Amino acid sequence: MNTILRIIEAFKNFLLEIGELSDFAGRFFKEVFKPPLEFKEFLRQCYNMGNRSLLLVGVTGFIIGLVFTLQSRPTLQQFGAVSWIPAMVSVSIIREIGPIITALICAGRIGSGIGAELGSMRVTEQIDAMEVSGTNPFKYLVVTRILATTLMLPILVFIGDGVALLGSFLVENLKGDVSLLLYFTQVFNHLEFFDVIPSTIKTFFFGFAIGLVGCFKGYYCKKGTAGVGLAANSAVVFSSMLLFIIDFIAVFVANIFYDV
Amino acid sequence: MSNMIELNSTNTKAIVVIKDLKKSFGENCVLDGFNLELFQGENLVVMGKSGSGKSVMIKCLIGLEEPDSGSIEVMGKDIKQLSREALDELRTEVGFLFQGSALYDSMSVRENLEFPLRRHTKKFGVIKDTTPLVMEALESVGLANTMNLMPNELSGGMKRRIALARTLILKPKIILYDEPTTGLDPITSKEILMLMVSVQKKYNTSSIIITHDVDCARMISNRMILLIDGINYAEGTFEALLSSKDPKVQAFFK
Ligand SMILES: Nc1ncnc2c1ncn2[C@@H]1O[C@H](COP(=O)(O)OP(=O)(O)OP(=O)(O)O)[C@@H](O)[C@H]1O
Ligand SMILES: [Mg+2]
Repeated sequence: MNTILRIIEAFKNFLLEIGELSDFAGRFFKEVFKPPLEFKEFLRQCYNMGNRSLLLVGVTGFIIGLVFTLQSRPTLQQFGAVSWIPAMVSVSIIREIGPIITALICAGRIGSGIGAELGSMRVTEQIDAMEVSGTNPFKYLVVTRILATTLMLPILVFIGDGVALLGSFLVENLKGDVSLLLYFTQVFNHLEFFDVIPSTIKTFFFGFAIGLVGCFKGYYCKKGTAGVGLAANSAVVFSSMLLFIIDFIAVFVANIFYDV
Repeated sequence: MSNMIELNSTNTKAIVVIKDLKKSFGENCVLDGFNLELFQGENLVVMGKSGSGKSVMIKCLIGLEEPDSGSIEVMGKDIKQLSREALDELRTEVGFLFQGSALYDSMSVRENLEFPLRRHTKKFGVIKDTTPLVMEALESVGLANTMNLMPNELSGGMKRRIALARTLILKPKIILYDEPTTGLDPITSKEILMLMVSVQKKYNTSSIIITHDVDCARMISNRMILLIDGINYAEGTFEALLSSKDPKVQAFFK
């Protein structure tokens, strides 16, 4: 009984949080079109985010591509379908694995960073200081960061996908003597419009969600240094959860179009 | 020391008026009808126990916290009625020194000082070169050589002074100090107080100074308000309050 009550309570809190988050998103859309545009800060954030996660995304992508190909090879070999590997790998990486893995890495890397940074700025009254000095901190800190994650995530996913395919090619090259040209001809022959477009659109939403949750948690951080840790931590948990929900919806929506 | 600051002859005009200010956080009623008047050119010290709501009061004054009820007038303008732009405009005239300095730690000292200038072209026009302004502010706090340091390379006292410089760069008419000397050793505290006095002379500002440091109050106050139980419990000069018979007032000077 107690457990059920606790689950209901947790679910209620989750819904409440979603509500507050939508208010926060509403404020973002209200402020994003208002001048002044903090373009310099936006570029600085883009650079920081790319700089901080590029290596991690690359390494993870490479290993995923490598391992994925190594694991599927024996099974496909049994059916004599080794030549299908580039097609299969590229479709699964570009449709699903690339975007979601990259997004999860960025939730851990960028989302928690934003949560901690804004959280500590809130706790040490730096956000208040900005407000007092006549700069709208929501525009300067939140809007620029959300825009930056929304733009950077698709780019990072693109790079992650590319590196993963390279990893996969390496296996094929070593085990099956497939040339680079042949491998990528196979890849592009089998990729269709409906593999690329929905998953690209999806990544913008992923980036938006990561930035939104990180900023939300940091901006409303509770007082005290414990609050900063909590903000960073819950930014990761909450945005990861949101990523899967968005992913589910995206697949659902894409399938509607795919069927007809 | 208390006669170090001569009151301005035009000290009859109140430039900040707080009337019947009330503010609660849930069940916790922090301010319960607080009144305050700050006159031109005066140093008003507000004393109160930790957690008595001094910071909340001063944040209401600058529009960082929303009061539940009561009116706040700054330089003749009711801050509740102001639009966002008008409030930002008014804020250029009111400097705020935060309790923990609140320097932006991702920016250098120079960028910290330049930050308030970026949006205030109305007051100063377009500023091509901020260096003279930055230098002037840094010189008035005696730290001209720290321009390119990062905040984490500064000591607590230096941070406090840089924060004061950042406040001064907009040449405000009113400065709000939230515990300017707390957490500093007695010598550094005294330096900060001297600095506040010299700033007051140089820029002819009016100040509200929040503190629980009796020496600070003695040195710098023209007038004092004791914030007890959410109201302005007692008011008067330092000497007048010192000789008060009320045990709650006396407790501050023990
Ligand atoms: N954002 C807030 N949410 C909830 N309670 C708050 C908030 N800000 C302040 N309080 C409460 O208001 C009371 C007064 O806080 P305030 O910071 O004004 O105290 P203070 O007089 O400045 O104390 P100190 O001298 O320690 O700085 C405290 O009990 C605090 O818990
Ligand atoms: Mg305080």
